[in-house]
Formats: sequence, structure tokens, C-alpha cells
Amino acid sequence: MTNTGKWRDLDKLLSRPGNLVNPGFEPSPELKDDLGEYTKVLVVGAGGLGCELLKDLALSGFTNLHVIDMDTIEVTNLNRQFLFRLQDVGKPKAEVAAKRVMERVSGVNIVPHFCRIEDKDLDFYREFNIIALGLDSIEARSYINSVACSFLEYDSDDKPSEETIKPMVDGGTEGFKGHARVILPGVTPCFECTIWLFPPQVKFPLCTLAETPRTAAHCIEYAHLIKWDEVHSGKAFDADDPEHMQWIYSEVRNWHSSVNMILIVLLFILLTLAILSQALKRAELFGIPGVTYSLTQGVVKNIIPAIASTNAIISAACALEALKIVTACSRIMSNYLTYNGLEGLHTKMTEFVRDKDCLVCGPGILLELETSITLQKFMELVGEHPKLLLSKPSVTYQGKTLYMQAPPVLEEMTRSNLKLPLFDLMDKMSKDVIHVTGMTNKDDKKTSCLRKLRIVFKGVDGITDVDMASGA
Amino acid sequence: MIRLFKVKEKQREIAENANGRAPVKKQSAGELRLHKDISELNLPKTTTIAFPNGKDDLMNFEVTIRPDEGYYRGGMFVFTFQVSPVYPHEAPKVKCKTKVYHPNIDLEGSVCLNILREDWKPVLNINTIVYGLHHLFTEPNYEDPLNHEAAAVLRDNPKMFESNVRRAMSGGYVGQTHFTRCTC
Repeated sequence: MTNTGKWRDLDKLLSRPGNLVNPGFEPSPELKDDLGEYTKVLVVGAGGLGCELLKDLALSGFTNLHVIDMDTIEVTNLNRQFLFRLQDVGKPKAEVAAKRVMERVSGVNIVPHFCRIEDKDLDFYREFNIIALGLDSIEARSYINSVACSFLEYDSDDKPSEETIKPMVDGGTEGFKGHARVILPGVTPCFECTIWLFPPQVKFPLCTLAETPRTAAHCIEYAHLIKWDEVHSGKAFDADDPEHMQWIYSEVRNWHSSVNMILIVLLFILLTLAILSQALKRAELFGIPGVTYSLTQGVVKNIIPAIASTNAIISAACALEALKIVTACSRIMSNYLTYNGLEGLHTKMTEFVRDKDCLVCGPGILLELETSITLQKFMELVGEHPKLLLSKPSVTYQGKTLYMQAPPVLEEMTRSNLKLPLFDLMDKMSKDVIHVTGMTNKDDKKTSCLRKLRIVFKGVDGITDVDMASGA
Repeated sequence: MIRLFKVKEKQREIAENANGRAPVKKQSAGELRLHKDISELNLPKTTTIAFPNGKDDLMNFEVTIRPDEGYYRGGMFVFTFQVSPVYPHEAPKVKCKTKVYHPNIDLEGSVCLNILREDWKPVLNINTIVYGLHHLFTEPNYEDPLNHEAAAVLRDNPKMFESNVRRAMSGGYVGQTHFTRCTC
């Protein structure tokens, strides 16, 4: 027990009873050992928040961590992503972050994954007891959310079965502002339930950019969206392509002979500069001040300067929630914390509610079917089912289009599925989720709707998994 | 503790069910919403839709517009649609594949249509975009130009604009720019 001092606070937290604990909390000195032994945490992202999260979780008693990130370290990361050093530039973030934390916190094991989140299959994500998100995009959050929610199972009373809940803690920062939230699929709103929270992206009309730019941002967007294509007809805008970059570099030199040679190393900066120089030309033409390098970066990459302390605060909140979820040592946040450190310090907790018809985390409607039922017959059932009453249904199963009412070209392509058994079309899974769109009567008005259905086939249970494995 | 107990139990369960289950492709909420949009498409008769990657990739498709009135009557214009997984939070990316002499479409295929950018709302759908594109051909608009020369001609000399459009569509030069034939 060389580390007693280090764990003193955690030991107290986990071995003493209290008034504010979660129901089911059983304080015991073993709790901390169990935390290390039985809890496997995935940290998604090893950037500003990810570095903090890894460190915080490791120092909170979690010893079995994985981290996934597809990026390599850039010079511009070093000011806040404190696990990285100058000599690490170019190396995978996940690998360096894992190594650094393991060096500093004894007894912790971190497995890095240097890849895209989409590269891992569902079985990879299934292993984890909790997923901590340190991401910077709606797309990535939405993806992980759909993965985590896909493990969720409901019983026949539409109650989520507790052992299938894959908790997530999600952090996000933007300058001095941030949020931390807890997502318990089936219990608290999932990411998709509250996606309307995001403000619409500010987009400028293309013609304003082309004809009457009024702000610096207009000029930059013009260079990025229109000028780029004009010069590189058809070529995609790719910051990682070296040949591309070579071309950019020579262009930049032509446009802007004063470009500092140091910038050759920083390829993206060159790219940004290429755009900036076009933007500058344009700003000059229309007499608009304020086109700067950082603004160019901001508009092109949607970059908002990251503040290290915001990341630290948000990550601490997330790591604490992870600890609370796993040990029940205190009540879990309910369910969305916003933090604003711009002027003074403001925090607010909001309890968002679930969207009961959420396509991602909602229970959907349970249907028990015979394996012999054809898609055609299934569609008739959907029309008669009292909870559905869907006419003119179109059916999709996990990215496979089974039947489409329109347009004619798709109807034709999917028509042959109608006489096939649904069980076969669903890859002989004993149970799975299927989505149906169609028309339904609501208050005597025909409205279109999209429904999630939980299909369970009678008389097949578990055996199919084995069949699948041997068949594949 | 209850949770931890579950965790332990689950560890055993995982060990038991470890034999491989087929990894299933995840369907994004955006795909589902798009599926609904597509299944409810009610296109004008001058418009057709095609799915070059087959029935299981609805996120990339092409819409062909054959205007039956206005300056562009008799032409055939292909638009590519790219839909993101966070649709309808984000508008689809729409480009005109056919090189066209049009005040609101530039020679690289960028389209100036308000609902594709600043006025996009998640309540809009693929159908509204197609109608919007269709509208661009029946009512080209010189006030929001992407192709300035075309816009200026339309504003100052509609007769000449008309003959320019004809020349471009039948595969000829307008000024220095060559257009490929796109009449059907």
C-alpha cells in the first residue's frame, strides 16, 4: 500500500455512508478495488478534453481504460493538450496520451486505438461499461450515441433492462463555455432526443459571397467554397494530401511572396493561407477590413479558440459523473450541466426530458412474428396493428432498403423483396429493430410518420447467433 | 454497488457470449429521416431521381430536371445530392453536374438557392429542394447572381439572354466559355 496518500480522498468517498448517495450505494473499502477490476471505460477522443479525461479517470481509481482517436499531434495542440510534447508532433494522439498517463499514474492500463470511431465494430463498443466522450462534432457524438443506444433492450412492458444500459458522459467546450451531460439510454434523454438544442449553423448565401461580400467572413467563405473549385476543378478540398499541399505551397508563393518559410511545416496553415490570400484579394476589392489568419482558420475549420481551463473543468465534471454512475457514491447529475466562464462563472443544471418517440433510444413498438411471414404480409400487419395503423409503409432494416413506396425507380428495385420472408431479409436475427415510414390518421388528418419496431421472431432464440457465426 | 455487481455479472455474460455476432451496420438518424423523405417524394413530372449506388445507399443520389417552360425548356440538368448523417440538422450538399449558363449557378456547379444554405430548416425536405431547383429554371433571378455575366445579360437584355441560353444548351460558346450540349 504505497499509494495510500494518493487515494485518501477516494477511499473516504467510497467507504463512508452519506445522505446524498445514490440508492444502492454500499460503502466499502473494496469498492475502489472493484472499480479498477471490473469497470472498463472507453474515452472517445484524445484531444483537449480527451487528455484531461484520461488523466482524471486514471486519478479517480479507474485502471482499465481504452482511448480512441484518429488524429495525430499537431504543434497547435501543445498549448492545451498537456500530455503531448514537441517531439510527439506527428505521432498518433491516442498512443502518446495512453503512454504518458501510464507513465505518471501507476497501476493504470490504457489501450490506445489509432483509428476512426466507425472502424470499430459493435462488439468493440459492447465491452465497455461506460463511454466518456471528448469530441468536437455533432456527427461523432451522434454516431457514438447510436452505437451505445443499439445495446439497449426493452422488456415486454417497454421498460429498459438495466444491464443493457450503456451509460455515456459527454463533455464539450467552446472557448470559455462548456457542457457536461450524462446519458443513460432508456432513462435520460439520448443525444438524438435533444439534437434540436444545437443552433443552426450560420451559412451565408452563396450569391452574397460572390456578389456583395460585406464582412471578412464572407470573403473567406468565398475563397474556400468557390475559388477553390474554380482553380481545382472537381478536386476535393483535402488538407492531408501532400501533392495537393505542394501545389498549394507554390500557389501561395505566387499569391503572397511574403509567406514565412516556417509555415512549410504546417501544412494546414498553408492551406488556410491559400484561402486567406484569396480572401485578402477580395477584401481589398470590396474595401473590407478584418481578414486575418485566425479568422480564416475560424471560418474554414469552424475553429473557436480552446481554453485549457474550460477543458479541465468540464472534464472533471465528466470524470466525477463516471465515478458516480459506477459506484453510486453520490447522486448522478440530472442531466445537463452548462458552464459559462466568460464573465464571472455561471453554471446551470437542466433536466431535459426524453423524446418518447425517439428513433434511437425509444422502445419502439414490439411485434412478435412467425419466421414464415413475408414482407408483404408484414406490411399488411403494420396497417392493422392498433398502435401503428400505418398505410403505404416503406421498410428499412439497418441500412438495407427492404421496400419503398416511392419513387418508382426504388419501388421497382425493392418489389421482389415483398414475397420473401421478413426473417430472411433481417439476416435471420432472432430479434432486431426495423424502421417503417408511412401514413397514419391523426385527429382525422393523414400525417406521415416514421416508426421504430422491435421485431421478435417466435421460436428462434439464441440459436441463430451460432448459425450466423458458422455461416459467415 | 448494484451497478458494480451488474458489471461483474456482465463480465461473465460477455465471456459466455463471446462467439462472434455479425457486426451490424449502424443506421444514423439522418438516414432514417432521409428514408422517410425519399419514400414520400412527390416529384414534378419534369423531374427524375436515380440512385447510382443502388437501393441501399440513399444518401447519395442524382436528380435530373427537364424544364418544360421558360428559357431552359428542352434542357436536361443533373444535380448531385450528398446527404450527411446529421441530416436534417444540416442541409444536403447539392451541385449541378451539368455545365449551365445560369445567373444563379456558377460554372463549377455551385447553386445559389436560399434553402440550401442560409434558409435551410429541418422541417424542409428533399422534395422542397427539388421544387426549389426546378424554380431556378423557370424563374432565373439576376438579383442573386453567381454567374455575374449571365445575370447582367438577363437584366439588361432578356432577348440576348434567351439566345445565349439556347446556344449554351445546344453545345456552343457563350463569350469565352464552352458548354456541352444538354438538350433532350
